[in-house]
Amino acid sequence: MKQDTTIAVAMSGGVDSSTAAAILARSGETVVGLTLQLWDQTRLAGRHGIPDAPKAGRCCSLDDVYDARRVAEHLGIPYYVVNQEERFERDVVRPFVAEYLAGRTPIPCSLCNNHLKFDQLLKTARSIGAERIATGHYAVNEYDEKRSRWILKRPADLAKDQTYFLFGLTQEQLAHTVFPLGHMTKPEVREAARQHGLKLAGKPDSQEICFIPGGDYKRFLTAYLEEQGEAMPETAGELVTANGAVVGRHEGIFSFTVGQRKGLGGTGRPSGPSPLYVLNIDPASHRVTVGADAELASRTLRARQLNWIGIAELTGSMRVRVKIRHRHEPAWATLEPAGADEVLATFDEPQRAVTPGQAAVFYDGDEVVGGGWIV
Amino acid sequence: MQRVYCDANATTPLLPEVMEAMRPYWMEEFGNASSIHLQGQYARKAVEGAREILARFFHCREAEVMFNSGGTEGDNTAIFGLLRAGDRFITTSIEHSAVLRAAERVAERGVDVTFVAPQANGLIDPEEIRRAVRPETRLISMMLANNETGVLQPVEEVGKIAAEAGAFFHIDAVQGAGKVEFDVRRFGCHLCTISAHKMYGPKGVGAMYVRRGTPLEPLVVGGSHERRRRAGTENVPGIVGLGKAVELAMKSLEDGTMERVARLRDRIEAGILAIPGTGVNGEGAPRAANTTNIRFEQVEGEALVIALDLKGVAVSGGSACHSGATEPSHVLMAMGLDKNAARASLRFSLLKTATDADADHVLRVVPEAVEHLRALSPEVAGTRG
Repeated sequence: MKQDTTIAVAMSGGVDSSTAAAILARSGETVVGLTLQLWDQTRLAGRHGIPDAPKAGRCCSLDDVYDARRVAEHLGIPYYVVNQEERFERDVVRPFVAEYLAGRTPIPCSLCNNHLKFDQLLKTARSIGAERIATGHYAVNEYDEKRSRWILKRPADLAKDQTYFLFGLTQEQLAHTVFPLGHMTKPEVREAARQHGLKLAGKPDSQEICFIPGGDYKRFLTAYLEEQGEAMPETAGELVTANGAVVGRHEGIFSFTVGQRKGLGGTGRPSGPSPLYVLNIDPASHRVTVGADAELASRTLRARQLNWIGIAELTGSMRVRVKIRHRHEPAWATLEPAGADEVLATFDEPQRAVTPGQAAVFYDGDEVVGGGWIV
Repeated sequence: MQRVYCDANATTPLLPEVMEAMRPYWMEEFGNASSIHLQGQYARKAVEGAREILARFFHCREAEVMFNSGGTEGDNTAIFGLLRAGDRFITTSIEHSAVLRAAERVAERGVDVTFVAPQANGLIDPEEIRRAVRPETRLISMMLANNETGVLQPVEEVGKIAAEAGAFFHIDAVQGAGKVEFDVRRFGCHLCTISAHKMYGPKGVGAMYVRRGTPLEPLVVGGSHERRRRAGTENVPGIVGLGKAVELAMKSLEDGTMERVARLRDRIEAGILAIPGTGVNGEGAPRAANTTNIRFEQVEGEALVIALDLKGVAVSGGSACHSGATEPSHVLMAMGLDKNAARASLRFSLLKTATDADADHVLRVVPEAVEHLRALSPEVAGTRG
C-alpha cells in the first residue's frame, strides 16, 4: 500500500534489511536508509581474548555499515548512520549485564527491540520527516477493524519467524511499521536481492548477538566489567540437589543457565551415572540446583512486564500456545491473570527448562496475543 | 529541490578557473616534472609557476614552499619531522585530529606533549601557551582558524612567544587560508600548512611553508623531489589547481568577497538566533567570515542535520566517527559545553559563492525543522538535547 509519506528503513548491512529497502525503494516509495550505530565493535578488543577485528555479519561492524551504505548508494536513497551507543549501553547492555549477574538469562535482542530499536527508529524517523519505519524482520502486521487493533502474525517463512523477539511492540509502533519480508520465504528474499542487483544477496545470515563476539557471554561480562572498572561480583556457592543435599561448589552463578548440562566448573564434582542439568539458580543464596533431565520439566510459568498485542488485556483464562525461547516449538497452555501485570501459564504437557529472564510469547494460531518476561 | 551547501569547512567545489587551469595537465602536458626532456620541462614549469604564486601568498621565498598531499600530511610532517624523545611539544586541545593523533603518537615515543585548552569563547589565551613553555620546548603548533567555530586564534602573539622560547612554530592554516590576511612573516611561524580543497582547489594536494634552515625531517622518503623534503612524483595538475585557487583566494581577500560572505553569515546567524533557545559557540571571539556554530537547546543535533539535509540544507554537526555516525565535537567540549550541548550544535560554513537566495532558503528551512523536532520530543530536554 503506497502512501505519500517517507519510510525510514533500518539497514544493518545484512540481506534481509537490504532487500526490504530495495523492495520499498523499487516500488516507488520515498525511502531513507538508517543504521543505528549501537556498539563500537572495537571497544573491548584485546581484552580477555576478544578479537581485535570483528568479523562481518554483526551489526555495527565497519564492514556491515559499509555494506548498508553500498546498498543505499545502489538504490539511490539517502543513507545516514545514527549514533545510539549511549542509549544502547544504558537500555540494553547494562540491563543485560545486571540480569546475567543476577543469575537470569536475558535476551538482548528482545531488550533492544522493546526498549530501543523501534522506539528510537520511530523517533528518529519522525524527526527527519518520515512517518513510517520498515525493518527486515520476518513478521506480519495488520490492522484488524473488528478489534480496532494492530495485530502481529507469524510470517510466511516459519523457520525465520522473528515474532518471538517482537512481542514488546506497542500499538503505536505496529501502526507505523512496515515488514516488507513478512510474506516471503528466505529463499525468495535472496532471489529478490539478486533481482534488485544487490551484491550481498549471498551474504551469510548473522547468528550472533551483536555486541557479544562469538556468543561468549562470560568473556564479554569479564571484559566489560574490567573496562568499567567494576569487579565481577563474588557469586560462588553451592551446587545442591532438589532435596537440598550439597553435592559440590561452583565459581559463580553467571556461568549457568537453566537447562544447561552441568559438567563445567565447580569442585567436588558429583559422581553418578546420569548427567546433571541446572534446574534453578538462586541469586540470593548463590545456590545452583542441579538434577536429572526429568526434573527440568515445569508445568507452569509466570511472566511479568506484559505487553498485549492481539487483545487489550487478559481478563479471563485463554487457550494459547506459549513459546519460551527462540528455538522452542510453542506449547499448548492455559493462560490466566495472576495479579497486576502478571500471568500464569499452565502447560498441557510439562516443558523443559523454563528459564527466568527469557521471554514467554503467547500465540493464538498465527497471531501474537502478547508476551512477557519469565520470572 | 533547491540545495544549499553550508559545509564549506568540510570541502569546497573547484572554481571554474581552477578546473580550466588544471585541464591541460591530465593529457596534453602529462610529463613528470623530474624528467629531463621537454615534456618534463613543461610540467616543471607548471609546478614552479604555482610555487611562485604560493610564495606570494605565504610572503616567503619560492624555495620555502613545499608541495604535499594536503592538511593531514602537513600537520604530520611538522610534528613527526621535528620532534624526538625528550622534546617538549605544546599544542591545543582544539586542533584538528591530524595534529591531535600525531601528538598522541609522539607522546608514546617519549615526547612531552601539552594540550592547552581554550577559553569558553573558543580562543586560546597566548599566556596559557607561555606558561606551558619549558627550556626543552621544541615545537608549538596552533591552528589559524578553528574548523568548527571559525574562531581566529592569536597566532602572532604565539609566534612571539615561540621566538622568545627559541621554539619552532607551526600553524595549521588549513581553515584560515583564503579567509584572512595571510603573511607568515607577521605570524612569526617556521612552518605553515594549507590544503587546496578547502579553498576551491582540488582534493589531495596542499602546501607547506618551511622557513629556510628549519631542520624538518621528511615524512615521505624516496626520490629527491621538493628539495629532498618530500619524495614522490609531483601531482602536477593538483599543484596547478592549488596555484590557481590560491591566486583567486588572494583576489577575494581584496575585492570585498569576504565582507559579502560575512554579511550573509551574519544574516543567517541573526535569523537562526531569532529562534528561542539558540546561541552561538565562539560568540565574542574574532571569527572567519564564513562560519557560524550554533547550539539549539532541546534538539538532537544528529536528527537536525539529517532533517536539514533532506530539506536541502547541507550542514555538519560534530565529527564523523569510524562508522559515519556523529560524535560530539571535541572542540566544543574543550570550550566547556557538555556532551548534550555539543551534540545539539551545528556548523554552518558558507561558500564564498553563497547568495542571498541561499540565505533565504536556509532561513526558511531551519526554523521549521527546529520547531518540528522540538514539537516531537519535548521530553528530550535535558536528556539528549
